[in-house]
Amino acid sequence: MNTRSKFDSHLKELKDMLMEMARKSENAIKESINALINQDIDKSNEIIQNDTIIDDLEHEINNKAIILIAKESPVARDLRKIIVALKISSEVERIADNAVNIAKSTVHIGKEKHIKEIVDIPIMMNLALEMLSDSLNAFLSEDVELAKTCAKKDDKVDEMYGKLIKELMGYVQKYPDHINQINQLAFVCRYIERIADHSTNIGEHVIYLVTGERYDLNA
Amino acid sequence: MATAMKQRPAETDLIQSKENQQQNMVLHVKNLEIFYGEKRAVNGISMDIEKNSVTALIGPSGCGKSTFLRSINRMNDLIPGARAEGEIIYDDLNILSEQINVVALRKEIGMVFQKPNPFPKSIYDNITHALKFAGIRKKSKLDEIVEESLQKAALWEEVKDRLHKSALSLSGGQQQRLCIARTIAMKPTVMLLDEPSSALDPISNAKVEDLIVELKKDYSIIIVTHNMQQASRISDKTAFFLSGDLIEYDITDTIFTNPSVKKTEEYISGRFG
Ligand SMILES: Nc1ncnc2c1ncn2[C@@H]1O[C@H](COP(=O)(O)OP(=O)(O)O)[C@@H](O)[C@H]1O
Ligand SMILES: [Mg+2]
Repeated sequence: MNTRSKFDSHLKELKDMLMEMARKSENAIKESINALINQDIDKSNEIIQNDTIIDDLEHEINNKAIILIAKESPVARDLRKIIVALKISSEVERIADNAVNIAKSTVHIGKEKHIKEIVDIPIMMNLALEMLSDSLNAFLSEDVELAKTCAKKDDKVDEMYGKLIKELMGYVQKYPDHINQINQLAFVCRYIERIADHSTNIGEHVIYLVTGERYDLNA
Repeated sequence: MATAMKQRPAETDLIQSKENQQQNMVLHVKNLEIFYGEKRAVNGISMDIEKNSVTALIGPSGCGKSTFLRSINRMNDLIPGARAEGEIIYDDLNILSEQINVVALRKEIGMVFQKPNPFPKSIYDNITHALKFAGIRKKSKLDEIVEESLQKAALWEEVKDRLHKSALSLSGGQQQRLCIARTIAMKPTVMLLDEPSSALDPISNAKVEDLIVELKKDYSIIIVTHNMQQASRISDKTAFFLSGDLIEYDITDTIFTNPSVKKTEEYISGRFG
């Protein structure tokens, strides 16, 4: 017999709101990379503007969480569900900020011809996206093993990041007239690397949610 | 020193730390069973109660919390047909043994009930009644104990000017603190509290809670409470009972953040009970 079905449905709503927010952020980073490749300034500006929607969602999640804590005196796993929703929403919000950052870089590059075809950045982004998707699915199904896979992929992203930055810096002398573009692309790599970090953090929060113990995936 | 340390076999360290642990305990409950006639209300529980700490007993109504609590100062003796098996060791003595002087035991292990039950006498007499019975007659001594107990029960400032007024003129919260003062006056070692603030308004409840936390400096406190927040706020250890069984007993912070047993989690998060 469940005496707290109302509370449980609120917890479910909180989770749904968070997933909605996460899907929107996921979408924003996908679009930001496409816009980068296609040098789509309009799309980039749209991404920058739409970030407020994600910020608003984070606000709503925070408010709902605060009200649930105040009214329901949650303990143990119930409490962790709410705390973790707060933490994940903040990771997701930062992920969306990085979509905005990438979009801004696209705007800064403008219509200037790319020094070479952008190939590696989308590959790195796909890895980060996989991590995000894994960590969110781990959250949905409360799957500790899946959450742990984020760490492995994060190492790979870090490795790619190091390689790409080195490559880009190598272009500085070759293309002295394109320093801005090279810098912006290096920034983009950095933003993707951060998205991967935030996804790893989401994985850690999921492990805490399920086990009640802190887990450092990067250790 | 260093050689002495070295010479000491490692096992002694273990034994000593175990002895230390024993010293931090005020009560050892071993395989305690309590019956009302044929019906068993407590099913063979074992637990150690820490000194100078607050131990909360939680669990749904009828799970045996009060029965267990009352056995600790032999209040169940007053219930016809009630009997206990097993041991409750206090000061190397088994409380349940026939030889125990129950009156002396209740002085050392005092009890406060859910409903404040002051005698229909003055505030002063409420505290001195049992003291006089115990042979303390000197006025100055009695005065001293009255003030000290009321101070400790955080009631002195509120009643010092009306000590000879009826205890029944006090508010519910004040009456409950008077009952606590009455227990303190006997200089107990252990205080048993059975839902001491469930009949009180929130402010009085908060005062009683503060008081309990204050009192653990001097006493070992065992409290039955229905209020989960209260248990999590004021206790150091929490024991969860269900149908006469001790399901889980752990540090309170652990019980309320990450209990080991599913039933405990369901209970503390309000999913049954
Ligand atoms: N005086 C009594 N006579 C017979 N049965 C009792 C008596 N007091 C309690 N019980 C029974 O013992 C069980 C435990 O009761 P109790 O210790 O009062 O539980 P709790 O304090 O956890 O609510 C219940 O089934 C209750 O009906
Ligand atoms: Mg009871």
